[in-house]
Amino acid sequence: MGSALPLGDPAPLDGLLPAGTADQSLGHPFGVYLHVPFCRVRCGYCDFNTYTSTELRGAKQVDYAGQAVLEVHQAAHVLAASGVEQRPVSTVFFGGGTPTLLPSSQLIEMLRSVDEAWGLAPGAEVTTEANPDSVDARYLTDLAAAGFTRVSFGMQSAVPHVLQTLDRTHDPERVPQVVEWARDAGLQVSLDLIYGTPGESLDDWSRSLDAALEIAPDHLSAYALIVEQGTKLARQIRSGVYPEPDDDLEADMYELADARFAAAGYEWYEVSNWSRGNQPSRHNLAYWQGHDWWGVGPGAHSHVGGTRWWNVKHPAAYADRILAGHSPAAGRESPDAEAREVERILLLARIRGALTTASLAPGPRREVAGLIADGLVNAQAALAGSIELTVRGRLLADAVVRRLT
Amino acid sequence: MSPRAVQELQPASTDPAFIRNFCIIAHIDHGKSTLADRMLQITGVVSDRDMRAQYLDRMDIERERGITIKSQAVRMPWALEGQTYALNMIDTPGHVDFTYEVSRSLAACEGAILLVDAAQGIEAQTLANLYLALDNDLKIIPVLNKIDLPAADPDKYAEEIAGLIGGRAEDVLRVSGKTGMGVEALLDLVVATIPAPQGDIDAPPRAMIFDSVYDAYRGVVTYVRMIDGKLTPREKIMMMSTKSTHEVLEIGVSSPEPTPSKGLAVGEVGYLITGVKDVRLSKVGDTVTTFVRPATVALKGYSEPKPMVFSGLYPIDGSDYPNLREALDKLKLSDAALVYEPETSVALGFGFRCGFLGLLHLEIITERLEREFNLDLIATAPSVIYEVTTDDKKTVTVTNPSEFPGGKIKSVSEPMVKASILAPKDYVGTIMELCQGRRGSLDGMEYVGTDRVELHYHMPLGEIVFDFFDHLKSRTQGYASLDYEPIGEQEADLVKVDILLQGEAVDAFSAIVHRDKAYAYGVLMTERLKKLIPRQQFDVPIQAAIGARIIARESISAIRKDVLAKCYGGDITRKRKLLEKQKEGKKRMKMVGRVEVPQEAFIAALSGDTEGKEKK
Repeated sequence: MGSALPLGDPAPLDGLLPAGTADQSLGHPFGVYLHVPFCRVRCGYCDFNTYTSTELRGAKQVDYAGQAVLEVHQAAHVLAASGVEQRPVSTVFFGGGTPTLLPSSQLIEMLRSVDEAWGLAPGAEVTTEANPDSVDARYLTDLAAAGFTRVSFGMQSAVPHVLQTLDRTHDPERVPQVVEWARDAGLQVSLDLIYGTPGESLDDWSRSLDAALEIAPDHLSAYALIVEQGTKLARQIRSGVYPEPDDDLEADMYELADARFAAAGYEWYEVSNWSRGNQPSRHNLAYWQGHDWWGVGPGAHSHVGGTRWWNVKHPAAYADRILAGHSPAAGRESPDAEAREVERILLLARIRGALTTASLAPGPRREVAGLIADGLVNAQAALAGSIELTVRGRLLADAVVRRLT
Repeated sequence: MSPRAVQELQPASTDPAFIRNFCIIAHIDHGKSTLADRMLQITGVVSDRDMRAQYLDRMDIERERGITIKSQAVRMPWALEGQTYALNMIDTPGHVDFTYEVSRSLAACEGAILLVDAAQGIEAQTLANLYLALDNDLKIIPVLNKIDLPAADPDKYAEEIAGLIGGRAEDVLRVSGKTGMGVEALLDLVVATIPAPQGDIDAPPRAMIFDSVYDAYRGVVTYVRMIDGKLTPREKIMMMSTKSTHEVLEIGVSSPEPTPSKGLAVGEVGYLITGVKDVRLSKVGDTVTTFVRPATVALKGYSEPKPMVFSGLYPIDGSDYPNLREALDKLKLSDAALVYEPETSVALGFGFRCGFLGLLHLEIITERLEREFNLDLIATAPSVIYEVTTDDKKTVTVTNPSEFPGGKIKSVSEPMVKASILAPKDYVGTIMELCQGRRGSLDGMEYVGTDRVELHYHMPLGEIVFDFFDHLKSRTQGYASLDYEPIGEQEADLVKVDILLQGEAVDAFSAIVHRDKAYAYGVLMTERLKKLIPRQQFDVPIQAAIGARIIARESISAIRKDVLAKCYGGDITRKRKLLEKQKEGKKRMKMVGRVEVPQEAFIAALSGDTEGKEKK
């Protein structure tokens, strides 16, 4: 289920990386993403690679952690055999799906395998996503004790009718409770919000922002709802159950969020992410900054030293590959220098001040003045040598990137 | 050969007394081609086995639409009372745009079959051609066709025809081209009533060209009617309008395949081939004579084809431009009326400004370009020829709104036509309303039969070329028919309306319209474009203007959100490909000033299709 994988080159069964990967990987921090492809129900808007019990076709949720551990072992072997420099892991991220559908012991087992394979760097960031209704105090305490440092709750909204449209099942009242438990356990907390849900008014969104700020998490993400083809929501919009998303309203919502967050002491560091006291999600930043990471699990994407690859999507196909001792990679690509430069700009432009004007080729550099004139790029920052998008620029980030590439 | 013609007469030596030259005047769909097919079969010139429906209509488009674009002539043997005759059937084009070609076909005949659908009655163009035939002193044989149809009402329409041409309703022959019923009697009547051709066999040769067709293998095939004297193979002929000379490589008759003969003599109809490759060297209406013994006086009625309607044709894929040029160059060989010159448009890129005889001609050429040359084309709104006089007394001929002079205009004159509309009487009100709205002035109206009316209007041609016929058809459930002929120019209060995107005129949308309609046009186009042009990073005003004066205005508000907020869990490949796709899309945009407009938006705005605005 969910969005399609890219088209790329075939990946070898032994998973060995192409020549040159090792050289390009030198000196980059290394992270691990662990995908947990299970959900109790599929949310109407979601096209992520995740499966409910009825969609699993013989793959078993209970067997999954063991398979993921096998891939971690395989990964350690492949990197070593490909000559890639071994580094301790800077960040670990459990995403899904719903990682917390698994017993805490299984998440811990998976984290241990990572530690055994490469070792966790001092001060490593270890995050899991969680649904407010899938954890309790005990669960969170267990994770913290095993080395988890951070939890990202899928709050989405504080307004019942919005949650209902999204098919989210949790009681909004529960969010402050689970956050308190997480804090008591010593975990950093992030809240994920979604705006632009059909039927959500600016007022509804304002209430959700109030509720999130009331909780005062360390970190906030606010993503515009994207109606993906093939989702239930897309069908509902096509058949007129819900109206088409309104880009202008979403722009209003983004501006409101940015203003509220800023007033409450949260600074944006990426188009959709804000943090207090400089506590960004280091794992997500690594994606944007072109660092190395190994993605474990069905449909997971990896990047090491300029090579990108992605695993087979279905948990059953994934299990077959892993249990046969084969690489689960479905395809891969090694973008050429030009594509890599496009990726670099595309990714860094979204991060506050990460793209330096000095690093741009003369053509794109000439565009900067126009971007400033159009109010998309902060003039002071540009004079100081870095591209920092204005609020308007963040809302038009894709257009900015098109002009810079 | 027909069982009734015992011996076929040889071309070049047929006594004019035994020749009958005739044509069939009919409306589209009234069964002319089917009747012609039946005649070919009954006279035996085409065997049943070779018969394919509508044998004479060569082009696919003709066969599909059931209309004849180019005429041809077929020689058929027929015997009556023991004497064998040669019947030359000259097929005439059936549409208003080809009036001149029709007139030349008629001039090649002594008689005409007036063919009318027994279920529909006579139509406006048929009426116009009938009057043309009567002007040429042709003997008219009135015939009702399709009498086998359940809906046929021959009594009613026989009365109608008798009322139009005189004579008695009983004398109107009733046939079915489909079943062949009555066709033999019709052939007998052709022999019995149509006069034999007159002419001087000893005079210097004169042959009138009534059609000129380009054939990829043989070059131009010229169809002629011998008026005086005789032409033979290998002879050096001369075109009297240009004095150009050519050698006759082949001469003959169609029966219906080309059949070479020893020549063509007075009264006969046939073809000649000289090896020229361009129909412009063998023009319809011109007189053919011989170099050795030239005639001194050309036949009357020759005129150069004159384009009346102009439109820009653009390939939708810009890289097809050279192919379009090549295709037009080829079509030109077979179509003396087609003119074109290169044109550049900000909105549409490179194309050609083309001149046509009329709307159907435009449609046929566009369709042939698309079908035979596999081109995807967009045509700008058709325009007519305006004469614009500026305050400083300069006169400019304008066939394209972009040529309309700026500054003070003293006067503008536009081509006028006399339009005849034939329709059931219940529709008179709605037709009058339509014509009124198109600046028509009523000259008069008369009953045709008991329940149909012919309305005569003076109208600007510019109003007719702009979707008038579509409106006429839809207002009358398809019952009305239209014919028009040019009757000169007339001054009118015309203005050029420009459509501006962020202050820049978009050439393809400029139009010359009557001042009273400028506002409506401005509102229509600005609203349309507002729906079709995607939002930009800045507000885009869309204005309609006469000179510097803004008459209508819309605005596209700036886009505020153009960002994919989520990162797809490290699927950077997907994100990059999305960006590449977006950039690819941008490349195909046309720039009007700073405004990026997808070409589809221009095309949709020109064609009036405003449904398909894509989101981003």
